[in-house]
Amino acid sequence: MNLYAASKVAYRSLRANKMRSILTMLGMIIGVAAVIAMVAIGAGANERISAQIASIGSNLIMILPGSTTSGGLRSGFGGAPTLTMADARAIGKELPAVGLAGPTIRNTAPVIYGNQNWSTIIQGVTPEFFQIREWMVVGGRYFTAAEVEAAAKVAVLGQTVSNSLFGEDSPVGKIIRIKRVPFTVVGVLEKKGQSPQGQDQDDIVVIPITTAQKKLVGSVHVGTVGVILAQAAGGDSVKEAEKQIVDLLRQRHRIAPGQEPDFSVRNLSEMLAVAEASTRIMSLLLGAIASVSLLVGGIGIMNIMLVSVTERTREIGIRMAVGAREKDILLQFLIEALVLAITGGSIGILLGVGGSWLISRFAGWSTLISPGAILLAFGFSAAVGVFFGFYPARKASLLDPIEALRYE
Amino acid sequence: MGNPSIEIDNLSKTYHLGEVSVEALRDVTLSIARGEFIAVMGASGSGKSTLMNILGCLDRPTSGSYRLDGDDVGTLSRDALAGIRRKKIGFVFQGFNLLSRMTALENVELPMIYDDTPAATRLERAREALRAVGILDREHHLPSQMSGGQQQRVAIARAIVNTPSLLLADEPTGNLDSVTSIEIMKTFQGLADERGITLVLVTHEDEISRYSKRIVRFRDGKVVSDSPVVPR
Repeated sequence: MNLYAASKVAYRSLRANKMRSILTMLGMIIGVAAVIAMVAIGAGANERISAQIASIGSNLIMILPGSTTSGGLRSGFGGAPTLTMADARAIGKELPAVGLAGPTIRNTAPVIYGNQNWSTIIQGVTPEFFQIREWMVVGGRYFTAAEVEAAAKVAVLGQTVSNSLFGEDSPVGKIIRIKRVPFTVVGVLEKKGQSPQGQDQDDIVVIPITTAQKKLVGSVHVGTVGVILAQAAGGDSVKEAEKQIVDLLRQRHRIAPGQEPDFSVRNLSEMLAVAEASTRIMSLLLGAIASVSLLVGGIGIMNIMLVSVTERTREIGIRMAVGAREKDILLQFLIEALVLAITGGSIGILLGVGGSWLISRFAGWSTLISPGAILLAFGFSAAVGVFFGFYPARKASLLDPIEALRYE
Repeated sequence: MGNPSIEIDNLSKTYHLGEVSVEALRDVTLSIARGEFIAVMGASGSGKSTLMNILGCLDRPTSGSYRLDGDDVGTLSRDALAGIRRKKIGFVFQGFNLLSRMTALENVELPMIYDDTPAATRLERAREALRAVGILDREHHLPSQMSGGQQQRVAIARAIVNTPSLLLADEPTGNLDSVTSIEIMKTFQGLADERGITLVLVTHEDEISRYSKRIVRFRDGKVVSDSPVVPR
C-alpha cells in the first residue's frame, strides 16, 4: 500500500468518526497553540529587552550624584550636586577602561513654537552624549564641541517633541523658545522608543550643557552636573571601568576608605542582562508547561487509536485476508495517528499565531512568532503522532488474521 | 486434470488451549486438481474450518506439508503468506466481510491496493470482476445499500479480482435465502467452468454441496469419505 492510498483510508476513517476525531485533535490543538503562544510571549519579552538594551547604548555606566547629609537629613542619590564637569572630563580622559564620558544635566521646561507648546525634558549634554547613547540624527546635525564651549543656543529635538511642535514638517533651522530663550533647532534624533523604565525616550530636547547651566537651571552650584554617562571601552571591560570610576571619584572627592561615597555608579546593561536572564527562564517555564499539554494531547491520540484498533479488528482481519502485510496495517494506523496529530498541530499553529496576535493587541504584551517556532511545533506534533501512534498501529499489525476475522 | 493445485500430505493441526490440546486435523492427506470444484462437509468441530484456514494461508499446519501450485507454503513467514493470499487465493465468507464504509467498487479494489496496482488498472479490473458476477450496476453502492445476495456477489468479485488459482468459500450461502443461494452457486459454477479456478466450498447443506463435482466429508479431524457427485 502506498502513502497516498494509506492517507485516503486514514482520512476516510477519521471522517467517519468526526466528533471523536475532533475531540482527539483538540488535545493537540490546545497543546500546540499553547506552545506557540507561550514561546511567542517569551520571545517577545526577550526581544523587547534586547531592544531596550540597544536603545540605552551598549556598555553604559551611569554615575549619579550622591546622597549628602545636611543637618541630619539625608537626601537620596541625585539629591546633592556632587559631580562636576571636571569629574566627567577626568573619567573620560584618565581611565583606560572608559571609552567615553559626558556630563548631563536635566530639567523640565515648556517648549514653544508658534502657537504650539509642549512641556518636556531639557537635557544639557556634551557631544559625547550622542556617541555614548548611540543616538543618530535623522535630520540636520548634532551640535559641536565648539558650540558647547560657546554656550550656543542650539537644540536637537527628540521625535516626540518634533512631532508635537512641528507635525510632519522638518524643524531644522526653526527657532523654538525654551523658558522664553530662543534656540535654533539644528537636528532631529532618531526614534528610540520606551526606556527600560517605561519612559518615552524621544520626549526630549537636547542642548549644550553650558547653555543649560546658564539659561535654564540657574543652579547655585555653578559647574556641577547631574548624571555623568560613561561608556566602557569594550564589552568585557564594563566591570573594570566601574571599579576605576569608583576609585577615581573617591580620590577626587577625598573620601576616606570605609566612608560612604557621595556618588553611586550603576551599570544599566548589567541590570538588563539580569532581567533578560529571568525572562528567558520565564519563557522556558511557560514553554515547559505548554509542552505538558502537548504530551497530554499525544496520550489522547494513543488512547483513541487503541480504541480504534479494537473497534476495527474485523476490518483488519478482512484486510489481512485479502493480502495486507503487517507493514500495510502498521502504515495505515500510523498515518491515521499522524493525520490526527498534524491536522491538530496545524490548527493549533493557526490558533497560537492568532492568539499571540490578540494578546499583543489587547494585553499590550509584545509577542514574537518566529518561523523556527512554527516549524518546531509542526515537527513536534508529527513526532507526537508517530510516537503515540506506533504502539496501537503495531498492535493492529500483529493481530492474528483468523482471530481478527472471527471478532464480533 | 493436469497438475494438482493442492497437495496435502499427513497434515495435522493441534491447538493448545491452556492445558488442553485440541487436535483439529489428524494426518489429513488430500489432493485437489486444478480447476476442480470440491465441497467440504462435516459437523461443526469436524476440522473443516481449520482446513480452510490452512488452505487459505491464514494459518500454518503443526505438521505435514501443504503444497499450493507446487510450492510448499506451510512454512512461510506471515508476510510471505500475505503475499500468497493476495496473489493466489480468494476468500468468500458467510458474513460477506465487506468494508462497510467503502462502495462495492472500492471493496473490490482492496486486494489490488496492497499490490500497488496503478489506479487505472485497478478500476478497470474491479469493474470487470463486478461485471463477471453481474453486479456492475451497483458499483457505487455501500454494502448497507445492497441485499445479502448482492453483497455476496461483491465479495465474490473481490475474491476473483486478482485472478487467484484457488477460491475458498466458507458457507457462502449460510446467510442467504434459497433462491439467492441457487443464484450464488450458479455463479460459482460458472467461475469454475469458465476460468478454471480451483474452488473449495465449505457447507453443511447437501443441496449446496451438489453444485460441486466432488464431496469430501470430515469427522473428528479426519477425512471419512471422498466421492464424486452423482449428477441427478
